[in-house]
Amino acid sequence: MGGVAVGDRIYRGVTTLAGLAIVALLLYIAVEVFTGGWPVFRKFGLGFLTSSAWDPVHDVYGAAPAIFGTLVSSAIALVIATPLAVGTAVFLSELAPRWLGQPIAFLVDLLAAIPSVVYGLWGIFVLEPMMRDSIAPFLQNTLHLGGLPIFDGVSYGPGMLAAGIILAIMILPYISAVTREVLMAVPRSQREAAFALGATRWEMIRDAVIPGAKSGIVGGIVLGLGRALGETMAVTMVIGNAPTISASLFASGYTMASIIANEFAEAAGLHISALLAIGATLLAVTLVVNVLARWLVARVGVRYT
Amino acid sequence: MIWRKTVNVVMLALMWLAAAVVLLPLVLILVHLVREGASSINWDFFTKVQSAPGTTGGGMSNAIVGTLVLLLIASGIGLPVGIAAGIYLAENRTARLASAVRFLADVLNGVPSIVTGIFAWQVMVKPVGHFSAWAGGVALATMMIPLAARTTEEMIRTVPNSLREAALALGYSTWRTSLTIVVRTALPGIVTGALVALARVAGETAPLLFTALGNIFFTVDPNKVIAALPLNIYSFAISPYDDWHRLAWAASLVLIVLVLLISIAARYVVRPKFGKAVD
Repeated sequence: MGGVAVGDRIYRGVTTLAGLAIVALLLYIAVEVFTGGWPVFRKFGLGFLTSSAWDPVHDVYGAAPAIFGTLVSSAIALVIATPLAVGTAVFLSELAPRWLGQPIAFLVDLLAAIPSVVYGLWGIFVLEPMMRDSIAPFLQNTLHLGGLPIFDGVSYGPGMLAAGIILAIMILPYISAVTREVLMAVPRSQREAAFALGATRWEMIRDAVIPGAKSGIVGGIVLGLGRALGETMAVTMVIGNAPTISASLFASGYTMASIIANEFAEAAGLHISALLAIGATLLAVTLVVNVLARWLVARVGVRYT
Repeated sequence: MIWRKTVNVVMLALMWLAAAVVLLPLVLILVHLVREGASSINWDFFTKVQSAPGTTGGGMSNAIVGTLVLLLIASGIGLPVGIAAGIYLAENRTARLASAVRFLADVLNGVPSIVTGIFAWQVMVKPVGHFSAWAGGVALATMMIPLAARTTEEMIRTVPNSLREAALALGYSTWRTSLTIVVRTALPGIVTGALVALARVAGETAPLLFTALGNIFFTVDPNKVIAALPLNIYSFAISPYDDWHRLAWAASLVLIVLVLLISIAARYVVRPKFGKAVD
């Protein structure tokens, strides 16, 4: 039987090795990206993250414009996507009849299957003209919001708001899918109890379903945030790509992902290191956000089993 | 009571509205893809190499073949490792190391694709001094591994324990039981998972920007830079030429159809017989 034991050992060894490869790969990515950015972290210190000077010609680098752009575009995306995605999820799990719910759920999932670069193409040729000719005039002239700093200035199409809108469309399916799942994990008896007490359907949703699923819904939103922070191509194609910090959402900007995508190919020396340092920062932020999201979603799963 | 009923109707209407608004961009995008792209899809599109900047005509044969080469490299590296890791996760369900690997696989799945791209540049391009299809394939493989691992694990978990126990009772060794009984039973599900992972990376652009780089010529040599559909969509979209914009729409339509075909193929592979996961 010695041969059998050897076979088992080999099989166990190979599969364990593959499992460990995942751990090694993640560590390898982190180490490579951080060491690549190290020269810049050493030269500029933590000031790299707060300085807004991004000047490859004079080899001076600060990540603040990219960090600012990432936060603002992701915030716009969350503000637009959250109510729509949660509303859709509630619709799908609580309101829609089966024959309607299933195809709609499929179509919402389809949004996640469209490649980022196709969103970018659509952004350039459909959203940007729409931005320039309808959305910006509507906000400024019809709603008279032009006086607000965030809607100040002329929209040429590309900019922070266009990036935020594209991101919102892209993260919608993720938030909606997680929310739908946690809503469905709420026991049926909760809903029946609410109805038995005379609640309307909305009161049932508000008082019996949402509270039990809250942490999971927040988890879904945080997961969507993680997607938005790291999203690259679509944003690069519509944000305008300029290392500036402007209060106006019509102005061009950069995100951490888009500055890498746009400048890496032509960079050399310290410039490359600066882009890798931004990549390292982005990696660290998305890791924290993803771990937080998973923890929040897992909490709901635990409560109901 | 009238107030409560009014609130009820208003809120329910808002949720119907939310679902309708969410579908709007999907419809807009698909309509534009078909309207702008369909007319440019012809024999030339699939058989001719892309034209020089500013000239009209030409096709995407170099990019289509390039995408296939990249997917082949990515699958060749990513699927064996990912599936083996999935088997490890399923066979050691409760081990502490397996829990850690499972968690880190999910974390790896959340790494932004642009970071995967600069990682591949650091380890595959910088040391040898030139871009290559190998580097692009490795970047895509990095994204496939956690995807394939998690779906493989889920599929193996659907196989009833009684099947495993029956094989062991007949004197099968552990590895034979695992490979020829358990994995064999879950195989259709594993194939589905592999196809889903493939569909997911087929449209990726960011990991290829500084690895495969793109190539205006036709090549299948993995040591050289290579074109890819997503890369061409990007460079054509941001170019100033109308004819290239037209080709970018057509390439997007082809890419989406490719992704959908892989996804539909995944649906039609027979699912494992035993339905839901048994714990």
